[in-house]
Amino acid sequence: MLDVGCGTGDLMAALRDRSGVDARGLEIDAVKVADAVARGLSVIQGDADVDLAGYPDASFDFAILSQTLQTTRAPHLVLDHLLRIGRRAFVSFPNFAHWRVRLSLLWGGRMPVTRLLPERWYDTPNIHHVTIDDFRAFLKARGIAVERAWFLSGDQEIGGSAANFLAEHAVFLLARNQEDCSRLSQPV
Amino acid sequence: MSLAASSHDQRFGLSRVAVLPGPLALDGSATLSPLEIAYETYGTLDADAGNAILVCHALTGDHHVASAHPRTGKPGWWQRMVGPGKPIDTDRFFVVCANVLGSCMGSSGPASIDPRTARAWGMTFPVITIRDMVRAQGLLLDYLGIGRLAAVVGGSMGGMQALSWAATYPERVASAVVIASTARHTAQNIAFHEVGRQAVMADPNWHGGDYYGGEAPARGLAVARMAAHITYLSEAGLTEKFGRRLQAREAKTFGFDADFQVESYLRHQGLSFTDRFDANSYLYITRAMDYYDLAEEHGGRLANAFNAATRFCLVSFDTDWLYPTAESRAIVQALNAAGAPVSFVELSSPYGHDAFLLESPELDRIVAGFLRA
Repeated sequence: MLDVGCGTGDLMAALRDRSGVDARGLEIDAVKVADAVARGLSVIQGDADVDLAGYPDASFDFAILSQTLQTTRAPHLVLDHLLRIGRRAFVSFPNFAHWRVRLSLLWGGRMPVTRLLPERWYDTPNIHHVTIDDFRAFLKARGIAVERAWFLSGDQEIGGSAANFLAEHAVFLLARNQEDCSRLSQPV
Repeated sequence: MSLAASSHDQRFGLSRVAVLPGPLALDGSATLSPLEIAYETYGTLDADAGNAILVCHALTGDHHVASAHPRTGKPGWWQRMVGPGKPIDTDRFFVVCANVLGSCMGSSGPASIDPRTARAWGMTFPVITIRDMVRAQGLLLDYLGIGRLAAVVGGSMGGMQALSWAATYPERVASAVVIASTARHTAQNIAFHEVGRQAVMADPNWHGGDYYGGEAPARGLAVARMAAHITYLSEAGLTEKFGRRLQAREAKTFGFDADFQVESYLRHQGLSFTDRFDANSYLYITRAMDYYDLAEEHGGRLANAFNAATRFCLVSFDTDWLYPTAESRAIVQALNAAGAPVSFVELSSPYGHDAFLLESPELDRIVAGFLRA
C-alpha cells in the first residue's frame, strides 16, 4: 500500500499493526516525515506532483490519496500516476459543492471557511477545488472505473444522488482501465 | 574462531587491529595479503550475532567513533550518535567501526610497510575503491564472527560504503542508513579532489610519494584540505561565522597575510590536518571516492544495484552542495524501482555538508526510530 500525503503515518501504522500491511508513504512536510520514520515507517519526503513519476508500474495493490487531491498542481496527472502505480486507488477529497460552501459563497459572497476547508483564500493549500459531480464527470471522461464510493457528512453516510449537495467529503475506490494501463506503461 | 562472544574476547574492545590473512582481491586486479584493519567495538554481541551495526567513517575519519582518541584525547567523531542511550544505542547494539583500507589511522595504506620490501608502500600501494574498503570490512566481520549486520550506517564517504555494502553483500545487510551521501562522484566532486591531489603532488617534498622518513608534503596537503574544507561548509554558514571580518586587526594590511578571519580559519584547518593525516592516504582515498559510481558497477542502472532485502533510510541536508539532495533523491528513486523499503528526508541546516556531524535532534530521532523498527 502506498499512502500519498501520509502525514505522520497514522493510517500506515494502523494498517501495519492491525493487518501486517506492507505500507509505504510519501509526504511533503519534512517534520511529518521525521515523525513517521521515527515510528518505524517507510516514508519518503516528496511532492505528489513530482515524485510519483519515480515509482514503477503496478508496484502496489493500493495507492491512497487522502484529502490531498485538491492541493496538487496537476490533479489529473497525479491520478494517472496513482492508477499506474497501484492496481486500485482510494481517493478522498472535500466536496466543494456541499451546501455550507454554496451558502457561504451565495449569501456571504466570501470564499468558504468550513470544518473541512479551514484555511482562508490566501493561505489555503487547496488550489484545485472539486465537487463530487466534477469528479464523477472527470472519471467518466477518462474511463476510470469506480468500484465503490462513500459520501460522508460528519460520520453520516449520504446516498449517491444527494451526495453533491449534502456530503462534506467523498471517498472513491478506483480501478484502472486496462487500456489506460497499457498506455501509461509506455516508457516516457 | 570460537563462537563465544565473551566480554573477555580479545577481538572486542577499543583500539584493536586485526591482521587478516586475505588475500583480498581488489577492483584494480591487485591483491592484498595480509592486510591490517584497525577497529573498535562497543556494546555486547548477542549470542546469535544478530545485533551488530557497522558504522562507516568519512574521508579523513578513523575508527574512534565514540571513544576518546588515544593520542589527542579528543572525543570520538560521532559520540553524539553512538553510545549508551544514543540513537545508535550501544546498550542494545554491538557497534563496530573500522578504519578504511588505504587510510593512515591504523589500517593498511600507503604509509604502511609493504611486507615484501620492508619499506613503506608509498605509491606502490594498489589503487583501491569504495567496494574494496567494503570487502575488507567484510573480512573483518568474518573474523569477528558476524554474518549479517542489523544495520550499516554512514555519512558522506561512510554513506557510500553503506550503499556499497547493500549492493555488494545484500544478504549481509538488514538495513542501511545513508546520510549526506551519493551513489556516484560527479564531475564537480572529482574536480575538487583533483585540485587537492595536484596540490599534494606539486609540493616538492612529495617526491612521487616516497617521503617517509623525510619531510612530508605538508604544505600541499594543507592546501588540499583548505579547498576540500570549503566544500563541507555553506556560503550562509561561512557568512554567519566569518563574514568579511578581519583577523585580529583594525584595517586591511595591503599585503597577503591572513587579513580575513576566513583565511586564518582555513589556514589553521589546513595546517592542523597535516598533523594527523598522511598525504598519500589522502590521494588514495580521494581516488577511491572519484572512482565510485554504483550504477556503473551494475550495468549503468542504479536500481540494479539494489534488491528488496535491505531497508534503507536516507537523509540529506538542504545546504549541502557537495552531495546535494538531488543525489539522495536519485538513490531513493532507484530503491523504489527495486522495490526496497526506503525512507528519505531532507533536513534543514545552515551548515552544509558538515551538518551530518553536528548537533541535529531531527537526525537523531530519525536514526533512532529507523533502527528501532
